[in-house]
Amino acid sequence: MIKIKGLNKYFGSLHVLKDVDFAVDKSNVVVLIGASGSGKSTLLRCINFLELNDSGRVEIMGKSVDPKKDDLNKIRQDVGMVFQHFNLFPHKTVLENVIEAPIFVKKMPRQEAVETASYLLEKVGLSDKADVYPCQLSGGQKQRVAIARALAMNPKIMLFDEPTSALDPELVGEVLQVMKELAREGMTMVVVTHEMGFAKEVADAVFFMDEGKIVEEGKPCEIFTNPQHVRTQEFLGQVLA
Amino acid sequence: MTAIYEIFMENAAAFMQATTVTLKLTFVSLLLAMLIGLVFAFFKISGNRVLYGIAQLYITVIRGTPLIVQLMFLYFGIIKIVVLPAFWAGSLALAIHAGAYIAEIFRGTIQSIDRGQMEAARSLGMSYPLAMRRIILPQAFKRAIPPLGNQFIIGLKDSSLVAYLGVAEIYGTALYAQAENFQPFETYLVAGFYYLVLVIIFTFLVNKLELKLNVENGGDAK
Ligand SMILES: Nc1ncnc2c1ncn2[C@@H]1O[C@H](COP(=O)(O)OP(=O)(O)OP(=O)(O)O)[C@@H](O)[C@H]1O
Ligand SMILES: [Mg+2]
Repeated sequence: MIKIKGLNKYFGSLHVLKDVDFAVDKSNVVVLIGASGSGKSTLLRCINFLELNDSGRVEIMGKSVDPKKDDLNKIRQDVGMVFQHFNLFPHKTVLENVIEAPIFVKKMPRQEAVETASYLLEKVGLSDKADVYPCQLSGGQKQRVAIARALAMNPKIMLFDEPTSALDPELVGEVLQVMKELAREGMTMVVVTHEMGFAKEVADAVFFMDEGKIVEEGKPCEIFTNPQHVRTQEFLGQVLA
Repeated sequence: MTAIYEIFMENAAAFMQATTVTLKLTFVSLLLAMLIGLVFAFFKISGNRVLYGIAQLYITVIRGTPLIVQLMFLYFGIIKIVVLPAFWAGSLALAIHAGAYIAEIFRGTIQSIDRGQMEAARSLGMSYPLAMRRIILPQAFKRAIPPLGNQFIIGLKDSSLVAYLGVAEIYGTALYAQAENFQPFETYLVAGFYYLVLVIIFTFLVNKLELKLNVENGGDAK
């Protein structure tokens, strides 16, 4: 579903991603871990072209993407993204948040968009909040709306950038629950997270990033119990301690 | 006191008529100014150096010269190009003046919207213009209401200078009346009174609108 080869990314003179190779198969869940500033978010954002790579190849659903020629808006419709700080549209109700893109991007009839949205809101357990504004929701509820909003475009891939990092501990579970459900249904997912429990339970593969490089990858049981690279050992030592 | 009262009564009809002219001037010029302001705000955030330079030059010149000079210059410039009634030429000149300030208001409020809003919109497949129109601008306009209200009040008072183009708005009416009645002190006092009442009414309305928007959208929280 996603294939990245030899990707490099610079911010000015800062070399943020260094020759990254990265691949995710259909219906797989990949968890991306690494220290702050190691480039996890940047890699994720290269997958939906919120950041453009300086060299290398990005292949989405079997198609090599050229940001200069291809219609990125079209590609992004297939790649949903969930952000650490939710980024809900504060001037729109929960329902309006979810139907906005289907109506204005996909030109879906409003009636159909509302039906889809109602189904998705029920799925994330927020049917009763459809007409509420985001500021009246808890963090966990906001993030579940954000997931429903992304799903409304019927994406083939979902990207999660630290979806639970901004949440109070007691609200983390409800969001992870929704994500697990998605994984079970066969969604292809790339998740940046510090929730190692989630990684162990759900991930098909874990990638460890350090200073812009992927230094280790493997099954969660391998990475967590028997990390090969010294940087992985150090990082896991800190996180799991 | 009685002299003021007499002037007030004698000119009541003329001043009421003039008030409608002042209001029309203000609304028309501010509406145009908002269009101009939006365009130049986009020039400034376009990332295009030429457009940015044009906007910066415009704003610098407007801010750096007196309004009365701009009005005269623009008026005589405008009527060289097209024959316009003084009201419309004056409105246009006022709009070009206020547009510079409104450009900065819009630029500020657009840029104050969290970057994540644009990113979320783009990640859903929205194009930049669509995301601007549906997601960023509605939030930016809402934040612009208090400074726009303020600009509106400034515009209302600035419209008095259009009297010098021969438009019979409030100040123009006072100019004319005091030349007839030889009581400038009382006449200008009455004119000032009209402006003051208008400004108080607008301040009240703007505050009401702000409150209403806040309640409707449940505040500005993310
Ligand atoms: N828009 C930008 N402009 C300049 N530098 C940036 C930009 N975005 C990220 N960086 C830098 O790139 C590096 C990688 O950032 P990135 O956000 O990808 O790290 P991360 O692994 O997601 O970290 P965190 O765990 O803190 O989210 C950091 O040094 C960061 O400061
Ligand atoms: Mg990050």
